[in-house]
Amino acid sequence: MTGKKVASVSLTKANSLRGGPDERGRFGIFGGRFVAETLMPLVLDLDQAYRHAKADPAFQAQIDHMQRDYVGRESPLYFAERLTAHLREKSAAAGSKGGAKIYFKRDELNHTGSHKINNCLGQILLAMRMGKTRIIAETGAGQHGVATATVCARFGLPCVVYMGTTDIERQKPNVFRMKLLGAEVIPVTSGTGTLKDAMNEALRDWVTNVENTYYLIGTVAGPHPYPAMVRDFQSIIGEETKRQMMEREGRLPDSLVACIGGGSNAMGLFHPFLDDPSVKIYGVEAAGKGIETGEHCASLKGGSPGVLHGNRTYLLQDEDGQIKDGHSISAGLDYPGIGPEHSWLHETGRAEYVSVTDREALDAFQLCSRLEGIIPALEPAHALAFVTKLAPTLPKDHLMVMNLCGRGDKDVFAVADHLGVTL
Amino acid sequence: MTRLDRRFDELKAQGRAAFVTFITAGDPDFETTLGLLNGLPGAGADVIELGMPFTDPMADGPSIQASAQRALGNGASMMKTLELVRRFRENDNSTPIVLMGYYNPIYHMSVETFLGRAIEAGVDGLIVVDLPPEEDDELCVPAMKAGLNFIRLATPTTDDKRLPAVLANTSGFVYYVSITGITGSASPQARNVEAAVNRIKRHTALPVAVGFGIKTPEQAAEIARTADGAVVGSAIVDAIAKEIGADGKMAPGAVERVLEFVGKLANGVHAARKAAAE
Ligand SMILES: Cc1ncc(COP(=O)(O)O)c(C=O)c1O
Repeated sequence: MTGKKVASVSLTKANSLRGGPDERGRFGIFGGRFVAETLMPLVLDLDQAYRHAKADPAFQAQIDHMQRDYVGRESPLYFAERLTAHLREKSAAAGSKGGAKIYFKRDELNHTGSHKINNCLGQILLAMRMGKTRIIAETGAGQHGVATATVCARFGLPCVVYMGTTDIERQKPNVFRMKLLGAEVIPVTSGTGTLKDAMNEALRDWVTNVENTYYLIGTVAGPHPYPAMVRDFQSIIGEETKRQMMEREGRLPDSLVACIGGGSNAMGLFHPFLDDPSVKIYGVEAAGKGIETGEHCASLKGGSPGVLHGNRTYLLQDEDGQIKDGHSISAGLDYPGIGPEHSWLHETGRAEYVSVTDREALDAFQLCSRLEGIIPALEPAHALAFVTKLAPTLPKDHLMVMNLCGRGDKDVFAVADHLGVTL
Repeated sequence: MTRLDRRFDELKAQGRAAFVTFITAGDPDFETTLGLLNGLPGAGADVIELGMPFTDPMADGPSIQASAQRALGNGASMMKTLELVRRFRENDNSTPIVLMGYYNPIYHMSVETFLGRAIEAGVDGLIVVDLPPEEDDELCVPAMKAGLNFIRLATPTTDDKRLPAVLANTSGFVYYVSITGITGSASPQARNVEAAVNRIKRHTALPVAVGFGIKTPEQAAEIARTADGAVVGSAIVDAIAKEIGADGKMAPGAVERVLEFVGKLANGVHAARKAAAE
């Protein structure tokens, strides 16, 4: 398998951008382990357990097997032909005769409907190796909650999911799915009742139930080793993409586009390509009602470095260092921080971060449904909105991959609401 | 010698434990906190912990979370917290004040600026929940160099192997978190606490204060029999919350009533060793 070989060669290269984090869990100044002393021994334990697991071929074989038979990997790399044609028309109308060739990485086809299960599978197998008997998680859109509840059902472990009350309201189908899967969903009323508050509450649970509980974090945030570990489990997205693109086009893609909540689907796609300088990398943050309105979730574009949830990273905060609540139409992007590795990629310039408004995401959501017969989740609809802006400015032989990291079933009620349709 | 060192030395000479009180700066407003601060030493507080409100207090239970939200809602800020200390110091130059909170507001101000302002205001020590020894170079080491005590939390999960690392850069006192959990939750078992305090004392000559979950004068007394200090937070914060009316304002005489409750807790702590000796 040529793709795999490419990946492992670049890993051992000197000056690799893929070597992080360091021993302290830092990517440059970002990352780290900013947790209460009660949790510190647990975090160190987890680090050690993960290192051992990572080096154990039996652990990897277990993941591979489940990824294939349970999740349904690999996910297709799909040429979005009609979208490509549509954007080429747009380009021609603007007089530039361009229009990149657009591929979707179809992670919305995974079991449970998003990329979140890639990570949940790896972590629950690790939790069981560590002898943990109770799983807790936080969720925003509910996709991570559903994926966690799913693997807990599959492996017979009790599951508690913390979810903000605002998110419970806008993601009702997922709340019911979690309950069907046997999880206990605990509503979180503190703060604005969104993802960051759910994460605080999950951390409080973990501090209280240190003996038996494994905290299954859903994105590339939290204290070290979570950002690196979640990235590793999600990197299957980029590894497959690399291999599939080599098979299809005989070369690497020219650009990658992914949406960013905490940044896990994006890190998963980006990481295997970090050492391929010809590949341009774009992360798309949620601009909500517009960055200038202050109602957004664009931590890199509209935030500054700070410390929250165990790591140093870009955060939305006020002049006193208090965390500001974000706003996005998409519950999965409604987080005032971003994974520390993204902050580092931003500062080093290896990746470029852009933002897309609620309105633009809604338009892209509908466009994708009509042109490709794929109803995307509102999260990747943000990535798609950026694709519709960028692709027409690029030549036709430019190969672009967008991570279609989730399907939109969970969002149809919310979208109907925004479009003024009563169901 | 900091005010903390002096205070614990005095108490040791008197053969009694320290009563350590926690309130949140600006809860529910600046004037109330100032009134409480000024009254706490008279009510029997030997050391004052002043909470720096933060939007995301990950190690705190509902009581202290709510107190931080009340304070922030009424315009609390790092500068006002420091101003409270400065005003307190105008009348009291001996009661140690320890600022307790989370790292981000300090980091955002910049560590150097914060330390300068804290020392100028009359702060004696810092407890920053989300800075374990692994992150000592962030604030702990600069704070010690600047002459502030950095008080570390030791917990039931801090085993003997890890304890030396936790104690290495700790000064002033060691704060033993008596339970695994958030502030204001389950009360500790006195027996477990005694064993834990003895364990920590095998590793350090520093005083060991115990907190998290102490709610009544009786519990405080029980802890004070074995530890060098008993910390009460949520129970005092709850007493404050009880005095807040629907309009968000304190009822008349509220500060006095809260201080009266503090006095009862103080009596529990101060009488503990005497009771034990009898
Ligand atoms: C479909 C989908 N995409 C993206 C995200 C955002 O998370 P991340 O940035 O970690 O991929 C979520 C989170 O819930 C999601 O459900």
